[in-house]
Amino acid sequence: MPLLENAQIIEDSWTLVPDDQPLPDGDILVPLSRLAEGLGRNGTGRLGVVLKADERVDALREALPRLDLVSLSFSIFRDGRAFTQARSLREHLHFAGAVRVTGHFLPDQYEFLLRCGVTQFVIPEQSDLAVWKKAHELVTLAYQPSVLNERQEGFAFRRFLSP
Amino acid sequence: MPQTPTPPTDVGRYAYDAVDRTFLKQRVEQFRDQVQRRISGALSEDEFKPLRLMNGLYLQLHAYMLRVAIPYGILSAGQMRTLAYIARRYDRDYGHFTTRQNIQFNWIKLEDTPDILSILADAEMHAIQTSGNCIRNVTSDQFAGAARDEVLDPRVHAEILRQWSTLHPEFTFLPRKFKIAISGSAQDRVAARFHDIGLLARKGDNGRAVFEVYVGGGLGRTPVIGVKLRNDLPEEDLIAYLEAVLRVYNAYGRRDNIYKARIKILVQALGLDAFRDEVNAEFMAMDRSRYRLQPEVVEAIRARFASPVFEDASTASAQLAEQIKADPDFASWVGTNTHPHQQDGYCSVTISCKPAGGIPGDVTSAQMDLLANLADQYSFGELRITHLQNVVLGHVRKDGLLALWQVLTANGLGTANVGMITDIIACPGLDYCALANARSIPIAQKLSQRFSSAALQHEIGALRLNISGCINACGHHHAGHIGILGVDKRGEEAFQITLGGNAGEDASIGQIIGSAMSEDETVDAIARIVDTYLVQRKPGERFIETCRRLGAAPFKDAAYATA
Repeated sequence: MPLLENAQIIEDSWTLVPDDQPLPDGDILVPLSRLAEGLGRNGTGRLGVVLKADERVDALREALPRLDLVSLSFSIFRDGRAFTQARSLREHLHFAGAVRVTGHFLPDQYEFLLRCGVTQFVIPEQSDLAVWKKAHELVTLAYQPSVLNERQEGFAFRRFLSP
Repeated sequence: MPQTPTPPTDVGRYAYDAVDRTFLKQRVEQFRDQVQRRISGALSEDEFKPLRLMNGLYLQLHAYMLRVAIPYGILSAGQMRTLAYIARRYDRDYGHFTTRQNIQFNWIKLEDTPDILSILADAEMHAIQTSGNCIRNVTSDQFAGAARDEVLDPRVHAEILRQWSTLHPEFTFLPRKFKIAISGSAQDRVAARFHDIGLLARKGDNGRAVFEVYVGGGLGRTPVIGVKLRNDLPEEDLIAYLEAVLRVYNAYGRRDNIYKARIKILVQALGLDAFRDEVNAEFMAMDRSRYRLQPEVVEAIRARFASPVFEDASTASAQLAEQIKADPDFASWVGTNTHPHQQDGYCSVTISCKPAGGIPGDVTSAQMDLLANLADQYSFGELRITHLQNVVLGHVRKDGLLALWQVLTANGLGTANVGMITDIIACPGLDYCALANARSIPIAQKLSQRFSSAALQHEIGALRLNISGCINACGHHHAGHIGILGVDKRGEEAFQITLGGNAGEDASIGQIIGSAMSEDETVDAIARIVDTYLVQRKPGERFIETCRRLGAAPFKDAAYATA
């Protein structure tokens, strides 16, 4: 499925490794349960972890400096736990790698996810990029701090969203 | 670059500047786009639903309902006229004030909503987060900035919370809705202990606000009295601390069962101490400098509020005293419908939206226009909507009360029943609501008629009667001294009675006294309950006090006595 980053569709170099497969070379995404195995891998390539909605980001605390990607998921768009996971990764654990979301989420949640620190979006096939672009551009102001540390506007917590 | 904002002109509410207006306009266009995507099929109904709910648009039994926010209950006269216009142009000439300081329009067309939201935006109003699983409209004391017993005007902080919670990136898809109320008086008039978070503000040693924080209260299927989470939250940590509470809730609140998804269930499941530990751990870990609420931020928001400029009213009280002596009906209204003001010679006036036999909270567009004019004439152009579904004029000269009362009386708004048995809270019920089991309105009307005698009400004294059409408890029946709950009894509408609820500092949850009865049987049963109180009470004892002293038994016997 298309991978959206910085308003562009980019090549996805990452391979999701299922529970029962040996770890290949290259950039691999493993479930939390295989984190230690992934860290001990001898092959080349980067390592990422898939964190389920009910798994604590704290579980990644030690490993984060060696990870390049954390992938979060929406089983349904109404389940907003990924917002908190993304924000915690950025704000508490200072994770500087990519944060990805997969599953069922809407263009209408795009700006919120960006502001929580998500950088990569796996979107449905045949998605109209214009819809995502518009969702980002329609609203240019926000009323609370976010991990993006946007430029303040006037008084209080008001800030301009990045174009 | 910071612009020089226009000075605020509206008393009691935050005045928008160009930036705030731009934001609202953008939000309207965003919703217009969502409506178009729904109509084109790009959004499924399932996907559209939370988006429209976050703009206050419900699909009810017969039509769409639009719920417009009245943040911390304050409206300018101009805003009230806008609401009247919307009622006239897009609805059936009336609106309904809710128990959370919102107004609902019951007969709205989906395709009209973007235009309505645009008209609201022009008047600095919106319907953002009046529904959905997000932080809802922040409610406050209807006598804020006026009440003699107030220690701190909570509206500035309510506005800060409104702004902070507006389209919050992290907390817009919570497990369930999240309601915050804030009060600045020792007398809890906001039902702080029946909110997801209740804040009681006071002044700290440094002159800045300090908050008592209650968490996990609520009505609904599982009524719970909120518990104290913090006693002394400093102003500068208000946002950070609420972020911490919300983050714990968003991460760990249940999502498998909507009836167990409110924060009260999480607090109960973890226990208060463990919940507090989670919140504190989050609070300690977060970047508090990012969320710190600096005094200059608070003052910048405060500067957007205009204050009433009081006149010398030193002779007003004496004049009122004479007028009261001359007219017992007026005296009765002054007794029930006014509230002590900080300023000598002034008082706050509660205008009852509960005339005898009327529909609680319903106001016609003509009445809205009249209320706007009266606000201009008597109260610095400011109005307040109460969670008890009435309208307040905050700052009225006492020597203006008589003329005000005469106009109100001539227009069906002069009922002297605030705090009395006919000052009924009622949800819209099965006449409108898709969730209801029974109609709340007809039984409210019958009870209102039954007890309409001013002398009888005066004899009964303070009594809160609340009616909900279903277990979701929008009519706050558990918080009524007498509560009525509509149920479905083998396909028929029926009503259970609860006794002993109260929403104040000594909050309690009303308990069901027995099996459900028909509408007319319930009205009769309540009359017998009230008679029992009149017989059993000690001198000076209010209904709730007699109820607590005697327990439910004598009232239950009376309710089910079929002599």
